[in-house]
Amino acid sequence: MQNHPVYTDNDPQSELSTLNLGPTHPATHGVFQNVLQLDGERIVSGVSTIGYIHRAFEKIAEHRPFYQITPLTDRLNYCSSPINNMGWHMTVEKLLNIQTPKRVDYLRVIVMELARIADHIVCNGVLGVDTGAFTGFLYMMEHREAIYEIYEEVCGSRLTTNIGRIGGFERNFNSRAFDKLRAFLKNFPKTLKEFETLFNRNRIFVDRTRGVAAVSAETALSYSWSGPLLRAAGVDYDVRAMNPYSSYEDFEFEVPVGDTGDVYSRFLVRNEEMWQSLRIIEQALAKLDKEPGDVFHADVPEFYLPPKEEVYNNMEALIYHFKIVMGEIPTPTTEVYHSVEGANGELGFYLVNDGGRSPYRLHFRRPSFINYQMYAPMSRGMLLSDAIINMSSLNIIAGELDA
Amino acid sequence: MARIPNEQLIKAIADKFDNQVTVIGEPYELLTVETGREQIIDLLTFLKTDPELKFIFLTDITAVHYPELEKQIGVIYHLHSLTTNTRIRIKVFLTEADVHIPTATVLWDGANWMERETYDLFGVIFDGHPDLRRILNVDDMTAFPMRKEFPLEDPNRVDKKDFYFGR
Repeated sequence: MQNHPVYTDNDPQSELSTLNLGPTHPATHGVFQNVLQLDGERIVSGVSTIGYIHRAFEKIAEHRPFYQITPLTDRLNYCSSPINNMGWHMTVEKLLNIQTPKRVDYLRVIVMELARIADHIVCNGVLGVDTGAFTGFLYMMEHREAIYEIYEEVCGSRLTTNIGRIGGFERNFNSRAFDKLRAFLKNFPKTLKEFETLFNRNRIFVDRTRGVAAVSAETALSYSWSGPLLRAAGVDYDVRAMNPYSSYEDFEFEVPVGDTGDVYSRFLVRNEEMWQSLRIIEQALAKLDKEPGDVFHADVPEFYLPPKEEVYNNMEALIYHFKIVMGEIPTPTTEVYHSVEGANGELGFYLVNDGGRSPYRLHFRRPSFINYQMYAPMSRGMLLSDAIINMSSLNIIAGELDA
Repeated sequence: MARIPNEQLIKAIADKFDNQVTVIGEPYELLTVETGREQIIDLLTFLKTDPELKFIFLTDITAVHYPELEKQIGVIYHLHSLTTNTRIRIKVFLTEADVHIPTATVLWDGANWMERETYDLFGVIFDGHPDLRRILNVDDMTAFPMRKEFPLEDPNRVDKKDFYFGR
């Protein structure tokens, strides 16, 4: 593939054609554009244009109190919103030095790992679709629905979850949530096994993905890649293992690492991460049995919004409710960087606080944005069909790309 | 390898850069230093290539606007040493009248879009950048929207106005 002659603009034989891939092309799975120069089916050069759904979240965040920023984070990576929500809550908790109880941590771990599985289901399923195999996607999608139903039991919504509060959760998990979670843990491994059997040694799939868009560890690091993409290239950087948050240090799991950094190894890494996530959820469920069942938030009345019945019937709750909503509680004037392992990589929150009602400055380190910048350079010399599956395996989520 | 203690990090930087790099603080154990734009590439190169520090991972580049300070624009770098799991934050302050700073794309390819985003939102001009264009906003925009004087909403818009009760 690499040795194929590429005609340049000066070549008299060249007849380059321009292809607008996007902004709303079905193969891009999101609103972003690539203007490609094609020599036949081979890409000579490309320019990425992004920003079609830029919503200025960083600017909006400067005008909102902390607890109202959670719904903004939902809309970053909307395939795994709970990870973004939890990342934001933990950033504020780090700023305010709030210690969350172990049970809250474990519940958070469960939700975050479910979100990771949901995200990888979509990514790997769609990779199958783009290589011509629709079946696996449909098998897996059923279980994403199961995950969304668990979200519904926990917080009432499915896609943009707005799950949890600063200090914990808005309500305890009900028994149906746990029933659905156990059912998911029982049913999903079978499907995942079946999915792997369909793809891992499938001749057509392997021929289409192995060696495509291979990236060395040095290049990946130079482009600040993180998450499954960096691990597929052979660097074992996982925020959960390196800087454990939300009690990840209590869990036993492995960080899967690939070697070639191509589309195939990214696929394998994501599949293995789903197995590890299942392992973590099972451990978390076992640990929950040892924790008091009625704890679902930290005891920080000055930052945790009280339930509405309390507000109407209890003087202190009313006062705290008023103070939280009006931003009357002093917060430290400092700056904090906190990162979590999002489904696409290191999702960082850089928060500069001036003690006011809303952040002075909030910056999201968005893995999709940083991972995507290599797309146009690495597409050079690639077949168009390979570039499409490369885009699928990068798992670019337009909401996270544009913020 | 274990995390590099902040004292050791401060000493390593001070040995090389004397008083050109000042320590601002260690909020939440993350060492924060300030330097001038003349030294920034030297400092980043030193941090990246020093065999003991090896801050090989550029986590992020962004900026903060402080209109009330003498130097209004702060450019913030976050670096991460993956072998020792140490992070460092570097700040360079610039005046609004002269927002030039050398590009970090000479060290990391990944700095490209981070700097384009910073240019787009704050108007920081990264000298030597290969392709310094707007990235999130439209090309013909004239303002830098993340600066504090830029309003969140267009003050002239009428579609949200309630003519009976005001807003």
